[in-house]
Amino acid sequence: MGPVEQVWVYLSATPLLWLAATLLAYEVGAWIFRRAGERPLANPVFIAVAILIALLHATGTPYETYFEGAQFVHFLLGPATVALAVPLYQNRAEVRQALVPMIAALAAGSASAILSAVGLARWLGADSETLRSMAPKSATTPIAMAVSEQIGGLPSLTAAFVIATGIIGAVLVTPLLDALRIRDWRGRGFSAGVAAHGLGTASAFQMNELAGTFAGIGLALNGVATAILVPILLGWLR
Amino acid sequence: MITALTVLLGCQLAGEVAARLLGLPLPGPVLGMLLLFALLLGRVRVVEPVREPAQGLLRYLSLLFVPAGVGLMRHAGRLRAELLPIAIALVVSTAVTVAVTALVFQLVARGKGER
Repeated sequence: MGPVEQVWVYLSATPLLWLAATLLAYEVGAWIFRRAGERPLANPVFIAVAILIALLHATGTPYETYFEGAQFVHFLLGPATVALAVPLYQNRAEVRQALVPMIAALAAGSASAILSAVGLARWLGADSETLRSMAPKSATTPIAMAVSEQIGGLPSLTAAFVIATGIIGAVLVTPLLDALRIRDWRGRGFSAGVAAHGLGTASAFQMNELAGTFAGIGLALNGVATAILVPILLGWLR
Repeated sequence: MITALTVLLGCQLAGEVAARLLGLPLPGPVLGMLLLFALLLGRVRVVEPVREPAQGLLRYLSLLFVPAGVGLMRHAGRLRAELLPIAIALVVSTAVTVAVTALVFQLVARGKGER
């Protein structure tokens, strides 16, 4: 075994390599995003995911091996969700004032998310397992996976749809809301959280803290709304 | 820093335990968020140091989705086979959801006569 193989054998057995690669790929994504004048299409998460998938392919590394390293980053999603309580607390006066518009927007948005995804995919000929897995795609991953399992979808496929929705949402929200002339930061953030869960929330925090706060509430509320609505609406569609 | 991490993980842990014990349809971290919010509202001193580190963590929220995003590769076969229906449904549905949610929010907020 040559020295290069020896190094590779060492690296492929520790979580260090893919943990470092995850952070590095994100740094590259963030760098390209800045160089591209922060254009939404140059989404750092999208770029990082593309780089990492290409690397894993090129080195013949299975996802499971990758995840042994990347799980340390993935794990922080839990505490980060808990951390959403802080901006929620700091902006509580604004939040209390906007309760009625939030509930109305949640009901309309959550139902649109489910019906438009399932309706379109069915019309375009996707199979029934794909439809079921797609129905809860706007909710945050743990809720979406649980709902998917309950209605006969594939939880891991749902996780893929949830992430894809998040990336699409992160790319779309700013240009779309500008085109619709929505200037209220509360509505901008809330819609990003309802439509695109945590990744929408991340892009709302890039707008400002008020938008991020409302996105965090949108994310939490749509998790609950999706869990309630998907089984009901999918019954109607059949 | 360590105090903040302890508070965040403690709330998450309490949330996970509560979700399972009570059979709630909410993920542990979301319950943990509600718990931390309640503690902040109740002006519980212990949780005060959580503020700044929490905001630091949220600045990098999008990074935390990268490992799950790489998981897309596990479904390469199906994604390739049904690329068009899946891509169109996800893009259009996400756009519709953002638009409907934002427009209804604006309509109702204006209707209430605020701002």
